[in-house]
Amino acid sequence: MDTIFRGFVEALRLIVELDRSLVEIVGLSLQVSGLALGLSVLLGVPLGVWLGMRRFRGQRLAVATIYTGMGLPPVVVGLVVYLLLSRQGPLGQLGWLFTPRAMVLTQTILSLPLVAGFTMTAINSVPPGLILQLRSLGATPTQVTLTLLYEARAGVLAAVVAGFGAIISEVGSVMIVGGNIAGKTRVLTTAIVLETRKGNFDLAIALGLILLGLTFTANWMLLHLQGRFESTR
Amino acid sequence: MSDSPLLLLQDVRHRYGERVVLNVPRLSVYAGELLALVGPSGAGKSTLLRLLNFLEAPTEGQVCFHGRPYTPATIPLAVRRRITTVFQHPLLLDMSVRRNVSYGLRLRGQKDGREQTEQALEAVGLQALADAAARTLSGGEAQRVALARALVLQPEVLLLDEPTANLDPANVRVIEEIVTAAIRERRMTIVLVTHNVWQARRLAHRVAFLFEGELLEVAPTERFFEAPQNPRTAAFLRGELVY
Repeated sequence: MDTIFRGFVEALRLIVELDRSLVEIVGLSLQVSGLALGLSVLLGVPLGVWLGMRRFRGQRLAVATIYTGMGLPPVVVGLVVYLLLSRQGPLGQLGWLFTPRAMVLTQTILSLPLVAGFTMTAINSVPPGLILQLRSLGATPTQVTLTLLYEARAGVLAAVVAGFGAIISEVGSVMIVGGNIAGKTRVLTTAIVLETRKGNFDLAIALGLILLGLTFTANWMLLHLQGRFESTR
Repeated sequence: MSDSPLLLLQDVRHRYGERVVLNVPRLSVYAGELLALVGPSGAGKSTLLRLLNFLEAPTEGQVCFHGRPYTPATIPLAVRRRITTVFQHPLLLDMSVRRNVSYGLRLRGQKDGREQTEQALEAVGLQALADAAARTLSGGEAQRVALARALVLQPEVLLLDEPTANLDPANVRVIEEIVTAAIRERRMTIVLVTHNVWQARRLAHRVAFLFEGELLEVAPTERFFEAPQNPRTAAFLRGELVY
């Protein structure tokens, strides 16, 4: 208990003093996970809508692949991306290894299936006759899609929340492909691992509390966004 | 009623897999009339409406509107938007009643639809509920919103798929009055699918009897009920048809 209390005090001190390395670490965490989430939404929402609306040959396979992707172990993704980006690997030319780009790449791979999968489920939950009804009211294919997204908005938002939650708290892949280099690729989760190993439990707890606070704030903002959706109906 | 039909089905055979669900050599719908489609469940009535709304293409044959054959793929958007359907289940959107009613106008990019929306709400007697969330409505109210959502578009052809199937008598009467007014005041063309022969008798100019995908009889309402030509029509009207 004592450690947690001291961690709490330490967290407050770091925040109040705007500790420079803390600001850097938080900034990079948000930047990497934010960018990865943005990419996942950009690709995953259309993919989820498409899978939710269309029926095609091989759909089961595609869905099973996405469901598997929803439970990918971050360390394994990190390892594979590491091998791809290492100097001898097929993408070694890029020189991305141990840079934030590599971290964005692994986190996108981790969150994309979550965003696509939950979006698909949300679209599937819209009554099947609705598409016909919308078309008969004169909707173009694009208008049908947008209306379905609107009807499924709570589920799509949950998809975004799930995608964010999975990567902001993830340590395995960013540790492997980022390398936890101070001032360069150190994020909150890798910093916590490091401080714990060094025995700086106060600092580790402080970083943990900041991570929790950050996740909470992000989710609260997303829910607020949903509330605004609700009130504009 | 003019001589050339507004909507025309020619040599239509429609299959789902191997099963032929509709076999209609010819069916005309004339401007300004109310044609009722009656028949037991599974007779192909709803399928026929989907073909008439160009939501589905017939496996064989063609559907003509204003004398021209179209398919869902070839029909121009502006032409398709002159026909609309009210389905058995209202399927309202998760927004206010008013925004549900104006939905089709917004699809058409119409920004000055406020007055039409209010008129449509008044026509179905739901002005008081305009700001209510659609999902809080009762079944009868929801179906009236669905009807208003179609009427506000002033469609040339209104297709009604069992619009009163699950409603109480009071709501049935309200909806029948709205439908009658739409024909009388706006010369709308209506195709009404119903399994309720009494409703067909009350509202329709002509009645068509569909049985197992085959069109067995089409006749002016009075003759259809007083002197049906097909023995199976007569049996259906006596309530003796086993289905």
